Amino acid sequence: MTHQRGEPFALKSKPNPTPPFVIRDCALVTMAVGVKAQSLREFRDGILKVPQDSIYHHFWGRLLQPQFDEPEFNNDFAAWARHGLHEKALAEKLAVVDPVRIKSIDDLRAELVEIIEERLDKSEYVPVSRADQQFHFLKSQIIIFDTGQRVSDPSEFGTAVKSMTPSSIFYHFVDARRRNPEGIDDFSFWLREKGTECDDLCRRLSTIDLYFSSLKRIRWLLADIFDRWGEGRS
Amino acid sequence: MLEQYAAVVGEDVIDHLRQLAAPLKGLKVVHVNSTREGGGVAEILHKMVPLKQALGLDVSWEVITGESEFYQCTKRIHNALQGQQVGLSDSLLEVYERTNAENAERLRPTLKDADIVFIHDPQPTPLIEFFPKRKGKWVCRCHIDISKPQRKVWKYLRRWVGSYDASIFSLPEFAQSLDHPQFLIAPSIDPLSEKNIDLPAEEVHQVFDKYDLDPDKPLVVQVSRYDRFKDPLGVIEAYKLAKAMTPLQLVLVGGGASDDPEGSEVLGEVRSAADGDPDVHILELPPDAHREINAIQRAADIVLQKSTREGFGLTVTEAMWKRKPVVGGDTGGIRLQVINHYTGFLVRTPEGAALRMRYLLHHYDKRQEMGQRAHRLVKENFLLTRHLREYLSLMLSLLLGEGDRLEVWMWSPG
Repeated sequence: MTHQRGEPFALKSKPNPTPPFVIRDCALVTMAVGVKAQSLREFRDGILKVPQDSIYHHFWGRLLQPQFDEPEFNNDFAAWARHGLHEKALAEKLAVVDPVRIKSIDDLRAELVEIIEERLDKSEYVPVSRADQQFHFLKSQIIIFDTGQRVSDPSEFGTAVKSMTPSSIFYHFVDARRRNPEGIDDFSFWLREKGTECDDLCRRLSTIDLYFSSLKRIRWLLADIFDRWGEGRS
Repeated sequence: MLEQYAAVVGEDVIDHLRQLAAPLKGLKVVHVNSTREGGGVAEILHKMVPLKQALGLDVSWEVITGESEFYQCTKRIHNALQGQQVGLSDSLLEVYERTNAENAERLRPTLKDADIVFIHDPQPTPLIEFFPKRKGKWVCRCHIDISKPQRKVWKYLRRWVGSYDASIFSLPEFAQSLDHPQFLIAPSIDPLSEKNIDLPAEEVHQVFDKYDLDPDKPLVVQVSRYDRFKDPLGVIEAYKLAKAMTPLQLVLVGGGASDDPEGSEVLGEVRSAADGDPDVHILELPPDAHREINAIQRAADIVLQKSTREGFGLTVTEAMWKRKPVVGGDTGGIRLQVINHYTGFLVRTPEGAALRMRYLLHHYDKRQEMGQRAHRLVKENFLLTRHLREYLSLMLSLLLGEGDRLEVWMWSPG
């Protein structure tokens, strides 16, 4: 068969192998932003002015922070509305703000402010917390390092994921969404390069609801998906 | 040494530490504080230093020394930073500054060439003034609750704190208005120390004979220095309220720290409040009685920490590690550990403490359930290995510079 005009030459040459998947890990260092709130109005103003890192930290940083394994709320804003201001309805509304669905940090910020302003509009007084229960805006720095481990074939992921630390899962499955185009995780991003063979695997990965899971639970779900896919393939 | 920790926390946690520490190998790090024994800071350093060494860092620990007036002054500064109104005469402050100047000269050979210097708590804070041409990064590590400091004293200290490259606080509410990065790192306990290792049941039971306790009567314990912020008088009041409704005995365990001259005064007040009650046992144990304290905590049915101010509350962490529900003051770091109604109860008054003690003493199953949850919370969040990871991350952050993402590419693939 001769090469047709317009046909990509690469189809005829030996395809380049996809570079191996590099397993990285990370650690977070938490820092004070220097902004705090005691009233709901100060809370709104704080949300408007803190850096994007801070909004991100209060939605996602909690996954790597000391917390009870069955937290009542999935973001710090909702938790403070409930326990700092004793505003149950507001806490429920803030708790359903979903950072998986709303990918842009500024859109998340706007959504939070919208909910808070709606509450402020409805009340004649501004809810205030006790002086020793103020909300302190935080942010985190992420330190990323290479574990030296590599995955060359999707069938190796089942085993590899089981030995990954929770912080490595955070880096590849949560933090990745800030880095990759279309806000996808690192596994799916790499698997795409493998062609249509992995489409079903990527679809299954996209079903994990990472906002309502601990990192250990996400690790278990990932390993299960990779293992099942591997069994179906062999 | 690291292998022993792997048996408790898992091999993956130790691998993580090794990878973080790899780019820091050979880094010259110095910790400076004011006491080798007694208090949470010394306990942490006793383990943190050898672990960092085991990970390849060149770490040393220096202790500043001073006369009794120096410690009187630093205790007052400590209390003022925790919000108490105290007087500080010019002559005491002169002793404080002079003692730091003398220590600076003694420590100069070690500190001048260090890559990173951690200065713990206010006692050695002014040291930085004597190293204007320092080579490394200097970090001010504040272990105490300074959420509402006496402003005059904070203003006095701030001139030194502001010169540091960064500071570390245990909780967000302790952070101050400062121009440098303020890192937040909670302290930790060492699961392998004499104070926290598992003990044989017989050794725990010996506590009853040794201190003339009744093995058939519920035991409530508070372990902490005889310090007003730990509210030992409030504990005795709570005990009296609870005892009116349910039988129990109280053990107060206090250890002296060499930098705390106020202890004996508070101890006298505590003895007077106990008023010879045979079910109140006031113990004064030496700072190295770690195994003894471990046994007493394990013998307890409930552990109290009714502080009105608390930097973090490592005695809470210790009790939780031993699967004890804790009734703790609703303050500082106790809030981070005692998840109200899950791992214990948060209280604000002796009445509140009495109510929760009575509840727990009547519900064996709740004590067990809360104790198990408490142990799990500590295992995942408040052990030395997590603390070490955050120190390593912070050092990398200081060395790599600013930015929200810092990449350490230490392995070259293939």
